[in-house]
Amino acid sequence: MISFSAVSKVYPDGTTAVHDLSLEIPAGRITVFVGPSGCGKTTSLRMINRMIEPTSGVITIDGTDTRQIDAPQLRRGIGYVIQNAGLFPHRTVADNIATVPVLQGVTRREARRRATELLERVGLPTSMARRYPAQLSGGQQQRVGVARALAADPPVMLMDEPFSAVDPVVREQLQTEFLRLQEELGKTIVFVTHDIDEAVRLGDRIAVFATGGHLAQYAVPADVLRRPADDFVAGFVGRDRGYRALSFAGATGLPVQREPTVRMGAAAPQGPGGGEHRWALVVDDDGRPRGWLDRDALSPGDPIGLQHLRLGGSLAAPGYSLRTALDAALSSPSGRGVAVDDAGVAIGTITLADVVAAIEATDRTALADPAGDDAGAWSPPVLAKGAERTVPAGDRGVPR
Amino acid sequence: MTAAWDFLTTAANWSGTDGIWTRFTEHLFYTLLSVVIAALVALPLGAVIGHTGRGVAAIAGVANALRALPTLGLLTVLTLWSFGLLTGQLARLGPSIVVLVVLAVPPILSNTYAGIAAVDPAARDAARGMGMTGSQVLLRVELPVAMPLVLSGVRSAYLQVVATATIAAVVGLGGFGRYVVDGLAQQLYGKMVAGALLVALMAVIGDRLIALVGRFLVSPGLSGRRVREKAQEAEAGFAAVPPT
Repeated sequence: MISFSAVSKVYPDGTTAVHDLSLEIPAGRITVFVGPSGCGKTTSLRMINRMIEPTSGVITIDGTDTRQIDAPQLRRGIGYVIQNAGLFPHRTVADNIATVPVLQGVTRREARRRATELLERVGLPTSMARRYPAQLSGGQQQRVGVARALAADPPVMLMDEPFSAVDPVVREQLQTEFLRLQEELGKTIVFVTHDIDEAVRLGDRIAVFATGGHLAQYAVPADVLRRPADDFVAGFVGRDRGYRALSFAGATGLPVQREPTVRMGAAAPQGPGGGEHRWALVVDDDGRPRGWLDRDALSPGDPIGLQHLRLGGSLAAPGYSLRTALDAALSSPSGRGVAVDDAGVAIGTITLADVVAAIEATDRTALADPAGDDAGAWSPPVLAKGAERTVPAGDRGVPR
Repeated sequence: MTAAWDFLTTAANWSGTDGIWTRFTEHLFYTLLSVVIAALVALPLGAVIGHTGRGVAAIAGVANALRALPTLGLLTVLTLWSFGLLTGQLARLGPSIVVLVVLAVPPILSNTYAGIAAVDPAARDAARGMGMTGSQVLLRVELPVAMPLVLSGVRSAYLQVVATATIAAVVGLGGFGRYVVDGLAQQLYGKMVAGALLVALMAVIGDRLIALVGRFLVSPGLSGRRVREKAQEAEAGFAAVPPT
């Protein structure tokens, strides 16, 4: 556990970066510091490993005052990941990862061997061990950065906007894998971001910082979205807040309709088109959805090709939330969201009308302001692989 | 030109105390001694300034001031002065070496500083954040990353010193400068041109040699195009994974 008590950082020119921060960061969980730029979130993170020394107050890790430990020694025991990875360009990927173990006196040979294992852990081929950072893409560099921070197996990891510099698709992948990795490792992680979506997605707890270095709210993500502590948090969480809060409403009770499917390459179906029959769901040989066929644009009997399909659209995977269901329905040209099983095989569709009805039937007073006992009963959500975080239906008053 | 060719192809000119080999050894000695002393002064100084960020304005001023000093004038003044303090060869050698060191310090100093200042702040931050001490950051990250620039500083220092070491002959020392100075005095222009050619040759060969050393000192991760091309290949290969 990391604990801040009355920590402040005031620079000689009088600027207050962090004001009287008291906060307990639970062990084995992801705690996200979020806020606009200049709110002191990065300063707070960097005070944990003494990259910045507090002006006043005490920071302890598992009860030990960090000032009692020699700074380099302290840092070797804390994983550190930064925005642009900060890899050493003159060292190979393996040697980059081996940095801290070598500093701790592990032989270079042994450290490199372990580095290769870590590459697999972060989803990179071991053949990359001998490459140099300049030979990697941004996302790959960031993975190496994570592997490097894990190399000495530190109990605590500090991550300063690690996924901000990569494109949205790669970011999403990295976030998913990060959650999977954390599920295996159970590190105490402090994660800084300015992106509230990332905070909600990754955090077990979120600390919202306001300008001037004040801690505005420290709570579980659902509470930050539903019950912002003040106008600042409300404004910061702001746009799409209602939509985001649907992430926490399970949709397991939602009816899944049977949906006739046609295979890729098969002849376009006969029968009445138009209306709700205008769109036909096309699946591949394994039954995985490929896209929607506009039957008005193809005469019956013609083989279906990729060029006839409306591609894309999100899918509702098992354990989906109302948010995912809504997005699946909205992103489908037919207005019917495709639900898939664990293997990605289409099992049917969810209609927009059903999703809207479910949202309407949801006790939205609970969404907007959960009752005290409800908030008390909240437990950290299970990290669903690749899916939105969901809580069991019923826990939230979701209709069955 | 033919006179120069005749001078170089006459076997007698290659041996003896005024022979090409002797003059080459002398010239090499002045050059190496000066560059090594300059490196010993400028490398640590540039490294510390680059690492701490302190004294940047001072070195810019000093480096420019040193460059502006008229070499021949400085040599004359120092030699006159040193004859009062030292005796024999040392009275001539000392001032010559000092002049050459003064010439060699600025490029090494400013390149070392610039190389370290140009290290990616993220890499430096990561190095510190992972628990490297200040000197470990300097020796294991900053200097290796700055190495290409440091070496190019050493190369330009070497080139300037090789060319300028001819003036040692003005105060009565050896080196290829002897041929230039004596050739002029004896009106043997072939000898003069031969001296100049030998200096040029030595500059080019030395420059190549330093470049060769650089191949071993500079990490492949830092040197240029080959790596960048591979990076593009790697990226293209990775994009082949279908997006889900």
